[in-house]
Amino acid sequence: MIEQSRVGLVKKAMVMLVLATLAACSKPTQTITPYMSENPNNLSAWGIVAAKDGRLDLGNNAIPYDLNTPLFTDAAHKLRVLWIPPGKAADYREGEALDFPVGTVIAKTFYYPKDHTGTLLRTHDYGSDFAGTGLNLAKVRLIETRILVHRETGWAALPYIWNDEQSDAVLERTGGAMKLSLQKQDGAAQDFVYVVPNANQCAGCHAINTTTRAIQPIGLAPRHLNKNYIDNTFAENQLDHLHRLGVMNGFDSAKTAPRNANWRDESEPLDKRARAYLDINCGHCHNPRGAADTSALYLDRPEHNYPRGNSGLCKPPVAAGQGTGGHSYDIVPGDTEHSILIYRMASTNPGVMMPELGRSTVDEDGLALIARWINAMPGDCNASP
Amino acid sequence: MKHNYIYAGIAALLLAACGNQTAKAPADHETASQNDFQKQLQTQLLDAKAGDVITIPEGTFYFDRSLSLTVDGVTIRGAGHKKSILSFKNQIAGAEGLLVTASDFTIENLAIEDTKGDALKINEGKNITIRGVRTEWTGGPDVNNGAYGIYPVQTQNVLIEDSIAIGASDAGIYVGQSQNIIMRRNRAEFNVAGMEVENSINADVYNNVATNNTGGILVFNLPNLEQRGYKTRVHNNEVIANNLKNFAHKGAIVASVPAGTGIIISANDQVEIFNNIIKNNKTSNIVVSSYFSIGSMNEKGIKASFDPYPEGIYIHDNIFEGGGNAPAPLEMKALKLAMFGIGGALPDILWDGYINAELPKNTKRLCVQNGAAKVINVDGPGGYKKPSIDQSAYDCTLPVMDEVTF
Repeated sequence: MIEQSRVGLVKKAMVMLVLATLAACSKPTQTITPYMSENPNNLSAWGIVAAKDGRLDLGNNAIPYDLNTPLFTDAAHKLRVLWIPPGKAADYREGEALDFPVGTVIAKTFYYPKDHTGTLLRTHDYGSDFAGTGLNLAKVRLIETRILVHRETGWAALPYIWNDEQSDAVLERTGGAMKLSLQKQDGAAQDFVYVVPNANQCAGCHAINTTTRAIQPIGLAPRHLNKNYIDNTFAENQLDHLHRLGVMNGFDSAKTAPRNANWRDESEPLDKRARAYLDINCGHCHNPRGAADTSALYLDRPEHNYPRGNSGLCKPPVAAGQGTGGHSYDIVPGDTEHSILIYRMASTNPGVMMPELGRSTVDEDGLALIARWINAMPGDCNASP
Repeated sequence: MKHNYIYAGIAALLLAACGNQTAKAPADHETASQNDFQKQLQTQLLDAKAGDVITIPEGTFYFDRSLSLTVDGVTIRGAGHKKSILSFKNQIAGAEGLLVTASDFTIENLAIEDTKGDALKINEGKNITIRGVRTEWTGGPDVNNGAYGIYPVQTQNVLIEDSIAIGASDAGIYVGQSQNIIMRRNRAEFNVAGMEVENSINADVYNNVATNNTGGILVFNLPNLEQRGYKTRVHNNEVIANNLKNFAHKGAIVASVPAGTGIIISANDQVEIFNNIIKNNKTSNIVVSSYFSIGSMNEKGIKASFDPYPEGIYIHDNIFEGGGNAPAPLEMKALKLAMFGIGGALPDILWDGYINAELPKNTKRLCVQNGAAKVINVDGPGGYKKPSIDQSAYDCTLPVMDEVTF
């Protein structure tokens, strides 16, 4: 008994040493600095994510989050991190992104999992990516981190590209392009050029109202956030989590908040899954105030039933040009071969494809989902009179 | 006790990890921003402030991604459309060459070539000037060319002058959903549609040359959009031999434009066409059409509020010559043969004959005061079976419209 308890004490002391060592490691670079006018050249200056000791760690009080259904970006994995200045809080808004206080910083890191040889993998399995709440740099290749910072003048978007050593990322406001090769799940190699948007192109999506042109977050809206974080890290819903942390006001309960479907969850209704996919991939432009309101095709907000002429059903294109692919309507019920939506999702020609930016490859799983959705629609578009 | 060593070992490892070790990553290098000018110009566009003039020097500059400008009050100025050339033939990303989402914008004296999508797109903005700009697909007409050359959409007070548009697979110069538009002294050639005014209000299109397109000048209204277009003047233009085979993708609205059309009005209201020289357009020098003739009318995808009929069309004092002698659509070919014989020609103005029967009897749909020029109503609603050339219905006048100023 005595011997056992002595062992226990030593054990405890050793555990403490390990923890202390971990704390000593992580502290110095993990304070987050919101730059309110200057654009630091290195991502590390922000502290919201920092590479060290073989990990990409989160800054102090940074909150990781993910979305029910995410944007497709050439199958890149994403680590999303939110930081709200101490003592401040966001206001809950039901139909759009939360109203964040000035000083808020959001970082989205795009990366690919890699195998032991360094080959990048095209997979939607996040299983081996993590080290704690951060990323295991032995298992992932970091590509870029996009910062959204809420300044007095509004949100600013800044793209940072990671160096080969994965030690830091450098501000590239004009974006970038890099040749990558992914190993698909069937083993085949897929070569493509990964394109990092320039700072204006960030606004191309994030200014979801093209009249005000104000940039705002997209994913941080209740319907996207209403879920538990990956692998139930926090064992509670993300909205409830934000509320409990005291960084979101005016909120009741996740149970009554809107919720988009998880597009990969076969147990959810097909229509909800398809609309969730179109919402996050298309709705930032294809909404009644967005850059693509010129087309009259609205694909945002799954809970909206847009009227005839806006939903895409049997809708002739407006200015699609060669984007029609020889087809007459955006969506022909039951007929994917004659639906412009499918043609443009399946294209990688910059003059044809949709979305216009953010991908160089086809989202085959997303395409299959939308095809199933269209095939399940009854009726036809027979012209009249 | 063994366990203790293990914990001590872990602590030591972690301490070691505090050093400067970094994980090795496979070396992939950014390959595409080797073009310093691309980075320099995009940086200038990002850093621009109101009042700035960004100068494009002489030379041909290659871009692999779209350029974009979001700052109001900027001028982009080249040394001339033959001297300062922005080439996108190596483009890998972006739906246009230059995308502008800003007001008080001027672009002049340069060329944008071979973009994968649109050449110059301006999406929402006021006080836009496009002067001496050439947009061109240098390989000639091709279904895979980008859709639009010069493409302001949802703009106000837009001036397009002394510009050139060549090879667009949709429209060379396309002003969509805008208000207060002047298009003058431009040249459009080898496009499907030379110049097009779509769902716009107060457009003045004059002193342009549209030749060798499928259709020369188009004034269209399309369904489902928030703004219905009306009030366009098309005058003092040369609209000559727009006989190019239609190379648009089916489904694009302009795919319905028959090769050999000089000026075509579709579903638009209050359009005044005068003092133009319109000649040798083989299907018809002028077509006045409803949306029914586009072929996309259906009850599921078109808002009930859409007005598919043209009204208030006034055609006067144009000079017509040739044309109508070899119409492209089969129905028109048959009709021409039956009514006017092998050597004959359709009249200068072709109307599809769809009318809104709910309007009062004295509604002026189409008025013509153009000397000997005649209208043929091809009886679209009746399947082209009973065409008519009774001119009395068109012998009316409409108030002339004011020029557009801003």
